[in-house]
Amino acid sequence: MSARDLSTGFLPIVLVVALLALVPLFVTSNTILNFLVFTLIIALAAQGWNLLAGYGGQFSFGHAAFFGTGAYAAAILQVNLGVNAYVAFLVGIGLGALVGFVIGYLSFRSGLKGSYFALVTLAFAEVLRILANSAGFTGGAAGILIPLDVSAWNFQFESRGAYYWVALALVAAVLVLNRAIERARFGAQLVAVRENEAAARALGVDALSVKLKAIALSGAITAAAGGLYAQYFLYLDALIAYGPWISIEALLAPIVGGLGTVFGPLVGALALHGLSEASKLFVGEIPGIDLVIFGAVLILVVAFAPDGVMGVIGRVRRRLGGVSAKTSPASAAAPAPAPAPTREETPA
Amino acid sequence: MTILRVENVTKRFGGLVAVDDASLSVTPGSITGLIGPNGAGKTTLFTVISGFAAPTTGRVLFEERDITRVEAHERARMGIARTFQIVQPFATLSVVENIAVGAFLRHAARADALEEARRVAAEVGLTPMLDQPAKALTVAGRKRLELARALATGPRLLLLDEVLAGLNPSEIRDMIPVIRAIRARGVTILIVEHVMQAVMSLCDDIYVLAQGKLIAQGPPARIARDPHVVEAYLGHGAAQRLQAKAGQIGEAAHAERA
Ligand SMILES: Nc1ncnc2c1ncn2[C@@H]1O[C@H](COP(=O)(O)OP(=O)(O)O)[C@@H](O)[C@H]1O
Ligand SMILES: [Mg+2]
Repeated sequence: MSARDLSTGFLPIVLVVALLALVPLFVTSNTILNFLVFTLIIALAAQGWNLLAGYGGQFSFGHAAFFGTGAYAAAILQVNLGVNAYVAFLVGIGLGALVGFVIGYLSFRSGLKGSYFALVTLAFAEVLRILANSAGFTGGAAGILIPLDVSAWNFQFESRGAYYWVALALVAAVLVLNRAIERARFGAQLVAVRENEAAARALGVDALSVKLKAIALSGAITAAAGGLYAQYFLYLDALIAYGPWISIEALLAPIVGGLGTVFGPLVGALALHGLSEASKLFVGEIPGIDLVIFGAVLILVVAFAPDGVMGVIGRVRRRLGGVSAKTSPASAAAPAPAPAPTREETPA
Repeated sequence: MTILRVENVTKRFGGLVAVDDASLSVTPGSITGLIGPNGAGKTTLFTVISGFAAPTTGRVLFEERDITRVEAHERARMGIARTFQIVQPFATLSVVENIAVGAFLRHAARADALEEARRVAAEVGLTPMLDQPAKALTVAGRKRLELARALATGPRLLLLDEVLAGLNPSEIRDMIPVIRAIRARGVTILIVEHVMQAVMSLCDDIYVLAQGKLIAQGPPARIARDPHVVEAYLGHGAAQRLQAKAGQIGEAAHAERA
């Protein structure tokens, strides 16, 4: 295996995932496992965002639209229609892809780009939030509760370790998918569209179709995160499912971790939430402290490491002895720090 | 037989007529030149031929098929490739990855696309820069990259928009045989160029555009002598200078062959 394969191949994914899979064997603290499950769910949502924005250059401020769709589909199908939890989860993923396709079709076909596209996605998420908050079948403002009924058949587990492994398996699957996309024609075309859409079209790239595929896939992945969130916390309301907090989480993690890199979302989510948990140990529970930290980290990253943690790691490795550079450091400009959202306490 | 036919194409931008009822045809296997002063409408005509803008009126036919309404990426698939006068590299990608995007059009597997990209890079002299980021290239390198990417799509018709602009004389001398070699393996070329020596020595046939209108067509020697063209294109007194240049190039070309 050449040095290049080491930084662009599947081996690092296998190693990282294997290492993370061992964690529940050594960590028994529910608080820590809870933190890790939540962080993996964020990482999964962020992986969806990263595919569209990091690789495809289409910055969304509204990934809550997908997260919420996956979450509500899981809850509503089980509670109102008695559908099996796994089926509901899969349907949620499909609906996430569909919502992605619809948003993509409406905005990309009319040529929306940059901040216009970002604002349209934000608007979609907000409309869905308002609808979910007022509709009857979503439980309205009171929210929706999935009855506790622990059994593997119901996608409910006794131990947090089991949830951890499920979340890790989903994150791992997307890591592999991402790497495969990087090496496929689709990945090359997606990055080409990000870098220069006119040039890509001149080279035979159907930019609209590439962007639609990317947003559908992105929506499916982030919807999976929403579905998993519903299974884990067993409670949703409109602000949790479709609220701006998750749109911001989904974009912060890849920006901090490394836009358009396979590991960026996971690394970013772990770094951000690790920092905010650590801060609680030192300064105690101050409401909103995590947002302060997120903001500070974002400013530091944008100012000093615009290619994120993965970019820094790559540079250090090159300096230390020339393992060849990874293929495509994304350099798409990071969006301006979003205003701090009022975020519901994370149910735990 | 023609590979490309432009029929009565007019392109308006608001009140401005950038291309005015232009008709031309390109013979397969030829290098056809399109020249004219700045702002004549050459790039606009390329934009229409490559599908990046629809003509206000008129038709474009590729291999006798009407493609006026075919999308740009479809035209690339059919075999029309273009370069951009203002180079449009995928800045953060390496040279070989840039070219591979073009090669992916006809090679589904990454390994095949990369192999094709390396082959094309060698053809245009980019082999030493394969792993450099595109944004690190010099102007000459970027022009070569434009050419390589277009070539990697496996075109039958190649539209080159001022690929020699901004190059120094020795870089231009290096590029001319590259363009000849592309034609030699069967790719038809329509080239917009300001560098007169290059146009005169490369082209079989030349069209002259001035203020959106085609004012002349013919082989280089005739175009160079056409006083209309020379006056419209270069202003007063240019005819003699140009003929002197054409003479020199002719001798140089002979020397090269010998
Ligand atoms: N997109 C556009 N909108 C408005 N005017 C344009 C546009 N593109 C070109 N033009 C105008 O059309 C004319 C022809 O331009 P162009 O085709 O670039 O000329 P050339 O390539 O021969 O130098 C110029 O006057 C230019 O300003
Ligand atoms: Mg021009």
